[in-house]
Amino acid sequence: MAETGTLSRRQLVHEYEAVIVGAGGAGLWAALELARSGVKTAVLTKLYPTRSHTGAAQGGICAALGNHEEDHWEWHMFDTVKGGDYLVDQDAAEVLAKEAIETVIELEHMGLPFNRTPDGKIDQRRFGGHTRNYGEAAVRRACFAADRTGHMILQTLYQQCIKHGVRFFDEYHVVDLLIDGGQTRGVVAYRIADGEIHVFRSGAVLIATGGFGRMFKITSNALSLTGDGVALAYRRGVPLEDMEFYQIHPTGIVGIGILLSEAARGEGGYLRNDSGERFMERYAPKLMELAPRDMVSRAIYMEIREGRGINGGDYVYLDLTHLGREVIESKLPDITEFARVYQGIEPITQPVPITPTAHYAQGGIPTNVDARVVVDEVNTVLPGLYAAGECACVSVHGANRLGTNSLVDILVFGRRAGRSMAKDVAGQGLPDLDPDASEPVRAEIEALRGRESGESVNRIRTELAAVMWERCGVFREGAGLERLTGEVRDLRHRYANVKVEDKGLVFNTDLLEARELGYLLDCAEATVAAALARTESRGGHYREDFPERNDTDWLKHTLIYRTDGDPQLRYKPVTITRFQPKPRVY
Amino acid sequence: MQVDLRILRYDPERDKKPHWETYRVESAPMDRVLDVLNAVKWEKDGTLTYRRSCAHGVCGSDAMLINGRNRLACKIRVDQLGKKISVAPLPGFAVIKDLVVDMEDFFAKYRSVHPYQIDERPMPVTERLQSPEDRARYDDTTKCILCAACTSSCPSFWAKDTYVGPAAIVQAHRFIFDTRDEGSDERLEILADADGVWRCRTIFNCTEACPRGIDITRAILEVSSAIVERSV
Ligand SMILES: Cc1cc2nc3c(=O)[nH]c(=O)nc-3n(C[C@H](O)[C@H](O)[C@H](O)COP(=O)(O)OP(=O)(O)OC[C@H]3O[C@@H](n4cnc5c(N)ncnc54)[C@H](O)[C@@H]3O)c2cc1C
Ligand code: FES
Repeated sequence: MAETGTLSRRQLVHEYEAVIVGAGGAGLWAALELARSGVKTAVLTKLYPTRSHTGAAQGGICAALGNHEEDHWEWHMFDTVKGGDYLVDQDAAEVLAKEAIETVIELEHMGLPFNRTPDGKIDQRRFGGHTRNYGEAAVRRACFAADRTGHMILQTLYQQCIKHGVRFFDEYHVVDLLIDGGQTRGVVAYRIADGEIHVFRSGAVLIATGGFGRMFKITSNALSLTGDGVALAYRRGVPLEDMEFYQIHPTGIVGIGILLSEAARGEGGYLRNDSGERFMERYAPKLMELAPRDMVSRAIYMEIREGRGINGGDYVYLDLTHLGREVIESKLPDITEFARVYQGIEPITQPVPITPTAHYAQGGIPTNVDARVVVDEVNTVLPGLYAAGECACVSVHGANRLGTNSLVDILVFGRRAGRSMAKDVAGQGLPDLDPDASEPVRAEIEALRGRESGESVNRIRTELAAVMWERCGVFREGAGLERLTGEVRDLRHRYANVKVEDKGLVFNTDLLEARELGYLLDCAEATVAAALARTESRGGHYREDFPERNDTDWLKHTLIYRTDGDPQLRYKPVTITRFQPKPRVY
Repeated sequence: MQVDLRILRYDPERDKKPHWETYRVESAPMDRVLDVLNAVKWEKDGTLTYRRSCAHGVCGSDAMLINGRNRLACKIRVDQLGKKISVAPLPGFAVIKDLVVDMEDFFAKYRSVHPYQIDERPMPVTERLQSPEDRARYDDTTKCILCAACTSSCPSFWAKDTYVGPAAIVQAHRFIFDTRDEGSDERLEILADADGVWRCRTIFNCTEACPRGIDITRAILEVSSAIVERSV
């Protein structure tokens, strides 16, 4: 196999047994597994690996270690299922809760600097929706490294990848997935440094490109989180699952959405309205501030709507002042600094103004528990394609993800992806590849670069984010979603005529932002269509015109397929093993 | 508030050498420099080029020279700088385009100090124990986000670009002082080299530049002392 690129026609072709797109937690752990199995692997990432958004995760990673109090993986599994409003596939939740434990232990063995208990074990704190004995009271399950848990996970995994000699292609922007005749054949990447097109021929491709929070105006997500892998799969005929369940996190910095971790409430922080009341008492008397995120976000919006926002305005307070300097500075140093730098607030003495912020893609590319992509109601595998991390939907989060369960998800299923790929490529040759495989996307890019007049990327992106936030955020209703469908359709038409100013080859971020807007528009189309169709309220999908959960008609996953016209919707059953659906009270 | 943003621009496909351009932009009260760079790129000149991702100081993408100091554009507010702001790429690094510099050598130096845990002993079935005090010993240096603000601010690095630089030493420190790690000897050996810690002249630029508030000079001194102790 050719180690470095060989030139064939006008494309550089690389050959690898396995290709990983994305170097966040999911991609890196998969890479590590493949390296350990001796599989020739390339990791492609549009950012330097340590810039991936896994590094922004703050609060923690749950595992039923029981270092402070009794805990069991069954309780973790139950909380995950209930938190997800019973839309979770329970076979996957079982894997998640069980393997969380060995995953956290392995992270420690790799050198992750967890905070420690006085007797030297991994320290654990409370987090929303994680309970003892099937809902009795909050339990200390979240393992953490101050409030930079994700940073330490990303660093530790990257360090291990260096140790194991993983081959990285940094600042390679993947622009197409090669799937032909029902078989995955590789990817096409655009080298950011010089605009060169590179083809990676491979029979095993993992998509680990993270989320797409940038389709909303207010978001905790990095500018780079534009749903690239999700949209590329969708364009290549893979359905997307449960896209309507986008998670809105309760506590973001007003106006800009930077996250203030749930760890602040896990350590004992309160939410207060204008009269100083801890209003969660009225919404979730048992768990209060530590109720699941969808409930807390709705509660905050209700307070604001009913005029109980601070000074009647559109925010409430996160109050940490009673925790004391010592707890705040040692356990929450980063978010304390965010409040200082980005709001000019001193959390030790002042309550912090917050509003909900778009945070996490619960839907995505459907996979089975081995991270193999599945494309229909009966979970038929698409050979050679894998997905893990935020871009995937296993589904362990169902209609609402619990805090800390994403870090578990990306690592447990990133690891499983690596193992599945190693198993599947053993003894297999590389797939055949059409020598012109990169032509369609090259033509798209050249057309974009060559267009002399047209619409501004920024205008379309800003309008998209505004209407998505307005009509597809915490509260939704039929008429608004109908209108939004038309708005997104119009934006897509305008996008077809978008123009970039930078015509160069070297580090052309103008061009790449235009590509990324295309991905966001695809994700938005799927989200809105799925949200309009689902006439019930469940977890993060709240329809004011259908405020109740309706298990008779809607206890099922959405699958959405791209067509030349309107997207096509299909549904698949939820896997239920141990826990029958019940009303969700906290 | 109106701000005059002076940016050192360079496009290798068009320019022979870098040149300054000034843009007048409107900025809102809590805006950061990254917001005004975005305003220029998105509304005035799409060719302006810089790296960015998280926009809140945790990913390390957007370190640059802002009003004469290395900082993260997303972590310094416009109102902290005033009405005239100048922005240039990180000093001491080759410029690729505008504010984007070549990071390859920086990451190669990072890799050269073996920045990963070395402990080949058999692992227990549960976690290894570490006391909170032992954990605190290396806490500071675990905060590093590899933004290169420190290395790029260091006169010793400007003078001799083979110097491994403060960022790589910080990364080594994080393992050398971790009780779980067994690789101190090999790392100290690497850093005892002519291009290792001895090039540090304790000028403190790195410490001042660090957007994560790491006491870098102190970390370097601790590593130097460890090298001395080891050799006696
Ligand atoms: C502020 C914040 C705090 C959070 N805190 C927590 C927490 O405490 N606990 C928890 O469980 N979860 C938390 N989450 C969620 C969790 O961090 C993320 O869901 C998770 O890290 C995603 O990891 P990932 O590996 O899927 O993707 P990412 O880490 O987002 O990585 C995506 C990768 O894909 C690459 N990529 C993307 N597109 C392309 C392309 N076109 N070509 C090439 N490469 C590409 C990127 O370069 C990057 O390497 C938090 C999220 C945020 C935003
Ligand atoms: S953009 Fe991530 S540190 Fe500034």
